[in-house]
Amino acid sequence: MEESKKVYWQGLEQLANSAEFVKNANREFPEAPEQTEDPGHSRRDFLKMMGFGVSAVALAACEAPVRKAIPYVNKPLDVDPSIANYYASTYTNGGDYASIVVKTREGRPIKIDGNSLSGVTKGGTSAQVEASVLSLYDNSRLKGPVASKKKITWEDLDKEIISRLSQVESEGGQIRIVSNSILSPSTNKAIAKFKAKYPSTQVVQYDQSSAYGILKANQESIGAAIVPSYDFSKADVIVGLACDFIGSWISPIEFTKQYGLTREVSANKRNMSRHYQFETILSITGANADYRSQIKPSEEGAVAVQLYNLIAAKAGKAALSGGVEKQYLAEAANDLWAARGKALVVAGSNDKAIQIVVNGINDMLGSYGTTILPASPVNYRQGDDAAMAQLLADAEAGVVDALIFFNCNPVYDHPQGERLAEIVKKSKLSIATAYKEEETGDLCQYLAPDHHFLEAWNDAEPKRGSFSLGQPTITPIYKSRPAQESFLVWGGEANADYFEFVKANWKEWFYKDTTKTFQEFWDRCLYDGVYEAPVVAAAAPAVTTFAGDVNAAASAISAIAGGGIELVIYESGNIGNGSQANNPLLQELPDPITKAVWDHYVTISPKDAKDIDFSESITKLYAITVNGKTIKLPGLVQPGQTPGTIGIPLGYGRKKAGKVANGIGENVYPFVATVNGSLSYSVANVKFEKTGDTYQIAQTQTHNTYMGRQTVIQEVSLEDFKAPGWEHPYQPKVTTWADPEHKVPPGTVKIWKGHKYPNHHWGMAIDLNTCTGCGGCVVACNVENNVALVGRQEVINRREMHWLRIDRYYSSSAAPDDRKGLETAADNPEVVFQPMLCQHCNNAPCETVCPVAATTHSTEGLNQMVYNRCIGTRYCANNCPYKVRRFNWFKYHDNDQFAKVNPAMNTEIGKMVLNPDVTVRSRGVMEKCSFCVQRIQQGKLTAKKERRHVQDGEVNTACAAACSTGAIVFGDLNDPNSKISQLLQITPADEKNPEKVDKIAHNPRAYQVLEEVGVKPNIWYLTKVRNRETTKA
Amino acid sequence: MQVSSAVRDPLVTGGKTVKDVSHDISRHVESKPNRAWWMAFAISSVFFVFGFYCICVLLWNGVGVWGLNKTVGWAWDITNFVWWVGIGHAGTLISAILLLFRQRWRMSINRAAEAMTIFAVICAATFPLMHMGRLWLGFYWTLPFPNAFGSLWPNFNSPLLWDVFAISTYFTVSLVFWYIGLIPDFAVIRDRAVVQGHPIRANIYNALSFGWQGGAKTWMRYESVALILAGLSTPLVLSVHTIVSMDFATSVVPGWHTTIFPPYFVAGAIFSGFAMVLTLLLITRVVFKLEDYITIYHIELMNIIIIVTGSIVGVAYITELFISWYSGVEYEGYAFYNRVTGPYAWSYWSMMTCNVISPQLFWVKKIRTSIVATFVLSIIVNIGMWFERFVIIVTSIHRDYIPSSWTMFHPTMYDIGEYLFTFGLFFCAFLLFAKYFPVINMAEVKSIVKVGSEKITDDKAHH
Repeated sequence: MEESKKVYWQGLEQLANSAEFVKNANREFPEAPEQTEDPGHSRRDFLKMMGFGVSAVALAACEAPVRKAIPYVNKPLDVDPSIANYYASTYTNGGDYASIVVKTREGRPIKIDGNSLSGVTKGGTSAQVEASVLSLYDNSRLKGPVASKKKITWEDLDKEIISRLSQVESEGGQIRIVSNSILSPSTNKAIAKFKAKYPSTQVVQYDQSSAYGILKANQESIGAAIVPSYDFSKADVIVGLACDFIGSWISPIEFTKQYGLTREVSANKRNMSRHYQFETILSITGANADYRSQIKPSEEGAVAVQLYNLIAAKAGKAALSGGVEKQYLAEAANDLWAARGKALVVAGSNDKAIQIVVNGINDMLGSYGTTILPASPVNYRQGDDAAMAQLLADAEAGVVDALIFFNCNPVYDHPQGERLAEIVKKSKLSIATAYKEEETGDLCQYLAPDHHFLEAWNDAEPKRGSFSLGQPTITPIYKSRPAQESFLVWGGEANADYFEFVKANWKEWFYKDTTKTFQEFWDRCLYDGVYEAPVVAAAAPAVTTFAGDVNAAASAISAIAGGGIELVIYESGNIGNGSQANNPLLQELPDPITKAVWDHYVTISPKDAKDIDFSESITKLYAITVNGKTIKLPGLVQPGQTPGTIGIPLGYGRKKAGKVANGIGENVYPFVATVNGSLSYSVANVKFEKTGDTYQIAQTQTHNTYMGRQTVIQEVSLEDFKAPGWEHPYQPKVTTWADPEHKVPPGTVKIWKGHKYPNHHWGMAIDLNTCTGCGGCVVACNVENNVALVGRQEVINRREMHWLRIDRYYSSSAAPDDRKGLETAADNPEVVFQPMLCQHCNNAPCETVCPVAATTHSTEGLNQMVYNRCIGTRYCANNCPYKVRRFNWFKYHDNDQFAKVNPAMNTEIGKMVLNPDVTVRSRGVMEKCSFCVQRIQQGKLTAKKERRHVQDGEVNTACAAACSTGAIVFGDLNDPNSKISQLLQITPADEKNPEKVDKIAHNPRAYQVLEEVGVKPNIWYLTKVRNRETTKA
Repeated sequence: MQVSSAVRDPLVTGGKTVKDVSHDISRHVESKPNRAWWMAFAISSVFFVFGFYCICVLLWNGVGVWGLNKTVGWAWDITNFVWWVGIGHAGTLISAILLLFRQRWRMSINRAAEAMTIFAVICAATFPLMHMGRLWLGFYWTLPFPNAFGSLWPNFNSPLLWDVFAISTYFTVSLVFWYIGLIPDFAVIRDRAVVQGHPIRANIYNALSFGWQGGAKTWMRYESVALILAGLSTPLVLSVHTIVSMDFATSVVPGWHTTIFPPYFVAGAIFSGFAMVLTLLLITRVVFKLEDYITIYHIELMNIIIIVTGSIVGVAYITELFISWYSGVEYEGYAFYNRVTGPYAWSYWSMMTCNVISPQLFWVKKIRTSIVATFVLSIIVNIGMWFERFVIIVTSIHRDYIPSSWTMFHPTMYDIGEYLFTFGLFFCAFLLFAKYFPVINMAEVKSIVKVGSEKITDDKAHH
């Protein structure tokens, strides 16, 4: 159409198109309306203001809480926000030792790992060590020096103490320093300086679990009052005589590591140690034994004599009088003799006579120099029971006027604590240096609190020639001071600095290589955390020749009388000796055997407990009377316990430990008797009566047998395993419609297309053979992942939050098809431990059922939990065959209900331990193991920054890192050279598409739990091998 | 005009006329509630208030106030949910399926049954809401709405999501169906209110009836809508419980993972729904003197349905047991062995007694026509059906694959409280319904009353 040229105009002004018209053309009104009234409050203004007002009120209503955060003005060197720093340091607690690496974030220690550079602990840790990081942030710590329950300054305290010590000295009184075993050479030197000023001072060492009997026995047997090093890794045959060397005996971290080495089997190494255990209570060591025999505590000596005689007969030596026949003793003797030079007999007894006989056995077996190393004595467990008894006698006689308790708590944890309490109360001067008040400090006039070990400089010599440095990982939280500094100050060095003191000592003792500066040497030691001194020939004692009088020992043994109900007092696998009882991580760590938490109990054999129905952990209280003192404890029916005996763990009955531990259970240290001058942890003829009171023990596992379910637990005897061509004892197979004649493994039947993992495919292998069940991994997981602690009642409600648990199963003596009978454990069961955590299934049943897709699969094989999206239907947990999902039933953080049991999420100071890389979960969401996804992410980011692939071993989960025996291996299944791929002998099922999920593990021991459910886990377990004859099958 | 059949007894007895129908049913709406009503309402309110308190505690503190644990993630919550949903089946079955099958006896009971359905579904819906850890997010995150979460959709694989759709659809259709049925009856009440001189009531019921005038065209449309909705509802009757059963059937839990579940659940739902209808109607007919409308014949027919569905359920139980043995699957075998002999055997045998044995008594004509026996058995059936869901849910998961995690479940006050809450809610709602709404479908019943010419003449004489 032709374009119209016509122009319509609206008025003459437009036609004229004057300048004024153009200016006003876009205005609706030629002139602005006149504002006649109050120009500030037009209708529009009103609406604006109202809008603002409403929004402001609305915003004010949802104001975020004010959080105090002070930014760094000048960034400290070494502290980068969100970047972790690691420091090598040393854990010492009484006589316990571990060389550690401490992870700190923004100046706060948040996690402890083992230090693999240490020649002693070799990277091993324990539940106690892992948990100790939370003790640093214990709210019940002393906040500064105290005199007569009143705050005081260090200057005034020093003045008063120095004047009073001088007074004691000048009046002819005596000073005693009471301590647990001291591992630190610098501490000893500081104390020596103190002694130089106050010559009447004597140091008295004691240990909660005394090894005084060993010291005395070695004095007689090899002429040196030492505790030797043991090397279980060299032993092919191990006999434990009531000796819990995995749990509590002398140096369990070290021994567990060594023991684990002897239990490893593979296609190439189809051999392992054989372990016999003769014991009363079922200890974690006994639970790992191949053959376990039940004895009474009064029979320990007789069993040792019997074993001596059996071996003496082979060695052509004279037999001793006495002895008792026990199951497996003859077999043990045969195996020991056959493995001469590679055998080890250890006894947990503190009785000198028993230890002499055991030394005699070891001498005949040639253990000295092979599995027992007297040339390398250890400094743990140097406690002198006789010296302690002497101290009590002296003090009661009025000889001792001043008592200094160096980081120990004998009022609670010495059998004569009550006597000691009276002494302290009457003492002219009493000082405690522990970092917490506790039972002993409560009675002392002066409290000079030491740093927590993570705040302090220190050194240690766990065994001769092996040194270890402790360095602070945080500025001291409170006004505490190193106890050693206190000794130096009181000893006259007013401006002492313990750091300079340690450094000077190390310069004097170890700085020999002058090609490097001392600073270089020192930095190296600090970096490594350990220093192995060159072996000095003179330091080694003369070659040991056994000189013990076994006949005298045998006659001493024959005098041991049993009878009645016999009580064994032992250290449990969680609370230990009670020094860390106020640590809720340990209170909520299930005891490896009983699986009890937050509760004290007396273990009873099933035969003796026929009259109580121990279902749902509901039991009766029992009254136990020893030496006229009666306590009441709930009875825990313990398979494996010798009939006619009872066991009570130490470490409970704290009164001044802090909110967490106070009031739980009873203190049984007073039940520890003194026999022949050394402490005896068993008592015969105990009055033991059932009361009518009902009690429910909090246990995390209430069903104890695996119901013969081979797809859960697979085990084999070594004999069968050695047979050529050995395969799984149990491989589930299913019939398919396509080919009914040939059954196929369930994994080959699929309804899903399957994921693809082109980059990484994370997986885990767990060796049931080397897992000792200690629970170190559980605590490590709790600390790493901010897992909430829920307390006793919630555990009774079966709601513990642990992402990783150790399932402990007993064997049953019932027939495989006797479903009712299988529910009951055998009286002396075989035990198997199975760490159970999210299996990261490739066909995860939890993922399909979540209505909001809050749990999803990653491109690297992880089953991920998206807390923000979770609405808490719990369908995923119901549908999880492994029952590893944990629901936040309540708000566990900032909730008074859980303040006592979960300080890490409820107290200002406790929150410092939280891992900032892991969310604290809110109420109402599901959670579970993430394979430590934050560590994976960290590793990937580091690798990415350096433009390389993640290397094997660079990323490790907290549980795998904490495992002393290396039973847990984590890694990338897509990397054919990774440790896990090598261990499991992984190949892709489809060689052409290796990125597909399906992997085949060719290791004959590898199996997947509940394989027939078809969920395709990313965790393989390695079949448990028992070094037994195939008799039971 | 209705032709009386020589072979069929009249469905409404007592020689009721059309006017009698209007009067008998509307008078309860018009009169003040009686003492029995007030008593019942007071008791229901107490349950409601106590239950509401328990819900407040639950929402304030967390799901932990219930007795659930790491192993048993669902117990009373989902048991009650399935139980109520099951009860909510009878109404739609009666009004839709029986409508399609031209079962005219349904006419005197369908209104109450549909009301019961709606209230039961509301009660059921409280449990999936309350059982969520984070209700404040979950109540809308399960819906597929466009969103700014990076456009995150619900997981269409999840049976729980299917539940959301199934229940909400069922509820909506049932509600519409029920309400449309009510419209002509509201108009009757309105008309009577006008005559009786109650303008407020007249206005309210006029609004409720959408100004129904009862023209022939309106009636025609009304009939068509009813038929269409009946057609829509019929598959829903079967689908709802099928989908609820898939919450269990699609899982990997032994005892849940069962292909038999859909028909078995539907039969169980009808079974329990009819039992609940009987419980309610037996009370209503006595309290409101409706014996001529809800006759022994109705009761007998419903009892026959209970025998049939109860027997189906019984066969399902035995089939499950057989298959658990026959399949040779260790876990399946143990799950059922544990049901029958384990720590919850008492609940299994309660279920068997109540659901399988007790309905067989209805084979005896004397029992199935006895009002007292029917009343007692209808309650027993619903107890049994509650145990059925408890048995399926709790005894399956409390001991599943990994023996270390086996636990027991112990209900707390709050588990019980929330169950009582739904009873309070249900009975309050039903009592309000009985008071303010016509409990019998007058419009339909009028089509089946026998009308004698004499009486009509009498009636006409009055006007």
